[in-house]
Amino acid sequence: MKTSSRRNLPLFATAVIFAVLFVCAGVMYDGFFSTRVLVNLFTDTAVTGITAVGMTLVIFSGGIDLSVGAVVGFTTIFTATLIQKHGVHPVLAAASAVALGAALGAFMGTLIQVFKQPPFLVTLAGMFLARGAAWWISTESTEITHPFFVHLSGYAWEPGGGLRLTVAALAVFAALAVGYVIAQHTRFGRNLLALGGSEQSALLMGLPVGATRIGVYTLNSAGAALAGIVAAIYSGSGNPSQGVGLELDAIAIVVIGGTLLSGGRGHMLGTFFGILIFGTIQSALLFDGRLSPAWGRIVVGLLLLGFILLQRIMLRGVSRRGDGGSFLKL
Amino acid sequence: MSEAQAHSFWRSPVIWPLAGILALVLANLLHDRSVAFLSVTVSDGHLYGSLIDIFSQGSRCMLVALGMTLVIAVSGVDLAVGSIMAIGGALAAILLTQHSAPLVLAVAAALAVTAAAGLTSGLLVAGLRLQPIVATLILMVAGRGVAQLITDGNVVTIQRPGFEFLGNGYLIGLPFSAVLVAVLYLIVNTVLRRSALGLFIEAAGDNETASRFAGLAVARVKCLAYVASGFCAGLAGLLAASNIRAADPLTSGTNMELDAIFAVVVGGTALTGGRFSLLGSWIGALLLQTLTVTMYNLGVAPAVAPVPKALLIIGVCLLQSEKSRRWLGGLWRKPV
Amino acid sequence: MTEPLLAMRGIGKRFPGVVALNGVDFSVRAGEIHALLGENGAGKSTLIKVLTGVYESDAGAISLAGRRIAPATPKDAEHCGISTVYQEVNLVPSLSVAENIMLGRQPGRLGFLNWRALRQHARAALARLEIDCDIDAELGSLSVALQQMVAIARALDLRARLLVLDEPTASLDEKEVAELFAVMRRLRGEGLGIVFVTHFLEQVYAVTDRITVLRNGELVGEYATTGLPRLSLVGKMLGREIVAEPAPPIGAKTGSVEQVGPPLFAARGLARRGGIHPLDLDLRRGEIVGLAGLLGSGRTETARLIFGIDRADAGEVRVRGTSVKLASARDAARQGFAFCSEDRKIEGILPNLSVRENLVFALQAKQGAWRVLGRAEQLRLCDHYITALRIKTPGPDAPIRNLSGGNQQKVLLARWLATQPELIILDEPTRGIDVGAKAEIEQIIAKLRADGLAVLFISSEIEEVVRNSTRVVVLRERRRVGEFAAGEATADKLMAAMAGGHIEHEPPDSDFSPRRDTK
Repeated sequence: MKTSSRRNLPLFATAVIFAVLFVCAGVMYDGFFSTRVLVNLFTDTAVTGITAVGMTLVIFSGGIDLSVGAVVGFTTIFTATLIQKHGVHPVLAAASAVALGAALGAFMGTLIQVFKQPPFLVTLAGMFLARGAAWWISTESTEITHPFFVHLSGYAWEPGGGLRLTVAALAVFAALAVGYVIAQHTRFGRNLLALGGSEQSALLMGLPVGATRIGVYTLNSAGAALAGIVAAIYSGSGNPSQGVGLELDAIAIVVIGGTLLSGGRGHMLGTFFGILIFGTIQSALLFDGRLSPAWGRIVVGLLLLGFILLQRIMLRGVSRRGDGGSFLKL
Repeated sequence: MSEAQAHSFWRSPVIWPLAGILALVLANLLHDRSVAFLSVTVSDGHLYGSLIDIFSQGSRCMLVALGMTLVIAVSGVDLAVGSIMAIGGALAAILLTQHSAPLVLAVAAALAVTAAAGLTSGLLVAGLRLQPIVATLILMVAGRGVAQLITDGNVVTIQRPGFEFLGNGYLIGLPFSAVLVAVLYLIVNTVLRRSALGLFIEAAGDNETASRFAGLAVARVKCLAYVASGFCAGLAGLLAASNIRAADPLTSGTNMELDAIFAVVVGGTALTGGRFSLLGSWIGALLLQTLTVTMYNLGVAPAVAPVPKALLIIGVCLLQSEKSRRWLGGLWRKPV
Repeated sequence: MTEPLLAMRGIGKRFPGVVALNGVDFSVRAGEIHALLGENGAGKSTLIKVLTGVYESDAGAISLAGRRIAPATPKDAEHCGISTVYQEVNLVPSLSVAENIMLGRQPGRLGFLNWRALRQHARAALARLEIDCDIDAELGSLSVALQQMVAIARALDLRARLLVLDEPTASLDEKEVAELFAVMRRLRGEGLGIVFVTHFLEQVYAVTDRITVLRNGELVGEYATTGLPRLSLVGKMLGREIVAEPAPPIGAKTGSVEQVGPPLFAARGLARRGGIHPLDLDLRRGEIVGLAGLLGSGRTETARLIFGIDRADAGEVRVRGTSVKLASARDAARQGFAFCSEDRKIEGILPNLSVRENLVFALQAKQGAWRVLGRAEQLRLCDHYITALRIKTPGPDAPIRNLSGGNQQKVLLARWLATQPELIILDEPTRGIDVGAKAEIEQIIAKLRADGLAVLFISSEIEEVVRNSTRVVVLRERRRVGEFAAGEATADKLMAAMAGGHIEHEPPDSDFSPRRDTK
């Protein structure tokens, strides 16, 4: 097989699966086949989608972050409480929420890098921390009535042609664009892939491994906080229980997008298609109405399994020809 | 010499969690300014009191930690336990309510299915050599969906006296669930230590290559650990459903994976695998439940409970990490 | 001749309990390819690591182009102009060729990349080596040889004056080696000094100008390649001068016992790609078959095939006359085989378990989980072997990692003896243990043979093979090149076979065949 096509096989697979799913849904459900539905895919999966962008970068580096859902929940209630109870301006509230998120990420990254603790354990603890803190602030959901916020909630950009891009949809596109630039066009992004591909090589090449790893967890948690703000805008309220299990969806989107869960290999475009696939499944279930929403999780789980197996087989092919040394860690 | 002493003290698996439990009990006593926390009363021939509650409410975590210990001992981790708990509870509930199945059959079926779920993870890890986190993540995602599908997304209430007994009954004055779990620990410990399975598990986790070179069927041993984990999680799911007389596919067993991993790590089994201590895990789970009860007692809202838990696990992991050990070792050596 | 490009003088390095390097001199001129040779433990890799800043030397001085240098890290060494390419390609297989060449020094501003400039630089770096390769291809999809070239391109992109190639040819085929040599010659033409570490003698004679030989951490000497016949080179590596005194013939100490009937183990055409070329081997009860060959000749690969750790691509194995498939170590153990691996740490001990658990492990694994050896039985086994093999341990329940290397080796030997094997494969059983323990292990081996076991004995110390074997099979470059029955051959003959003198089946010469310099 040609190297370029082999390399991009998961990406192609993702795009094809999306196309098939979308066409199937379009045939099965009246009114599914429209730009409105397509745009709504992004609006409805905005929060998960934004966290998936950050998660992609973390997974590039060979790590994982299970705390993003909790960070989303914390951010919504933290922002809502600052605005409603303490009269802080939404922009300031959002900024401090993002700063807190970044601090948590830096803390977790430090534990992972300096103390060599497994990422899943540290971020699981981070999840408890953020969720507990959210419930500490309030166990009830709080509506946000600040006029600026209400305006944002209702705002949509209409470039014409019946397109209606909500703040949430715009935020996903922005996140994807930023994520794409970071992944493809910065040293940091390429260092992440190098680190995930082979940490030993990255060290021998003299790459800043420590700073890169701590940086990506910081960036991801800040991104999750931004997703939380989008969630607050989308729902017009803060809810400490928002985003339970969201991290799994985000991880699933990344993997369905063809990014290797053990790190070192992937593409931000894949995450774009991953979001579309995830959104299509959710929307189709919504359109159907008869099927249990539980199918969403099962299908996502099966896709996850399928992609992991696909990558496993591909890697075997590669490692049989190459020395395979650095694939052994899988 | 002092270094050696410190070393052996450091390595003893159960001393730290036991000290933690003592400290928490002390905190309760000081806060209450009475011994109410320690008092056990008898009514209807049953024992009641905070201590008894700790054992009965902690039984689910103990159970999941039992399986998790074996998985961690073979250098793995099982993130799917929460979802498997939900599957076990949901399946038993549906069989009992909608199909009016006999209790034994429902329980057996639920446990068989959850053990099979564990086997799936085991095959992915041992057969396809997926990273344990990756392999069990799949079931963690899909499993809860399966549980929801089984109950059609509903919370199924169960009113079967026999089933309620599992999580709420009393046996010779003690909570049945606590007794059941303690007996299971004893049985598993005896089987592992009397047969060579315990040795095989420790060897597979200590040095997988060397074990394989010495003729051990490492893949089978690994699979067995995951099957045990699935079984234990399934049983814990039944206890949870029985305890609240309902199977809730959405919330049953959420965050159980961290609790169980915590109990195992605090109990002295290293996340890198090898030597394991079942007693340590049991005490670790006890510590976790004592912490929960203490916070409740101190007036901390139950919703906030995750925060100190998280801080505790981070603290324990840091203490066990190579870096801080070296650092602490340095402190030890320096004459103060 | 002018001043050398690199001059290392009196380099010393000691590790706890071991002197790895003792006053070693090493110099490389500009525009030459210099081979650094020596068997295991000679100190080659320590010397390379001192040179490339991985280790700090305890004594001595390094100068490069007349300037004193003291590289503290690999990066430091690179800045001084010393670039290294290791046997295992230390690149990122999932990234493109261009990125691998440029990682860490990509052109661009403020952390953003300039992909055009990046690819231009990468292309230029490859062009310097005259390598034709798609710079956008994923590195992992290339052959190891090409990956190696990319690693060289990366290394040379700096102001390299000295290029260190640490066993770059270990996993290359003949054509790939030829390509690598072409690149090396080109760089030599540009005036670079090249240090070439290898254990293939053919390659030494094919491409190098001078040779430095190390043994046991000391300098043996520096020679012009054309002035050093192959046989003397091997003699210098192994620490034996030819002629001196006639070595005792094989089997002198052990005598010889002939066995009739089908051999315990018989392989016909056993082969594995990248491991060993088709090989015939018979092993009989009551004999010690020595497997001799230089490092990389396929000794360990043969052992692994016999024990089922690697699967054979071709060939047939008969055990006691019946054809069997050995698909795993477990299968082999059930056939009554035993295997003490050369890598004690990774493939042998269970470090955190006790001596007792380590000792009974293979027997218990063979019996399964339910036929348990009682504690009393285990202790009896421990007592027996601790006494019989004179294992020094505080007690059977001490963790094995606290034991010395020699005692760990004895425990591993006991682990297998407890299974009462019929065939035991010993891969470098005396590596890295002290002299006293070595003698004891040799005694044990002789005793095993007397007890009627078949022993396959692998060692890189030729004297040891000669002393202990009743028959010796010689491997060279992954082929069987000779066999010597008891009393038939001396160490000199073995060495000649290992070096490539008298050969039973001459392998087809490759197109980069050495300039033979036998007088």
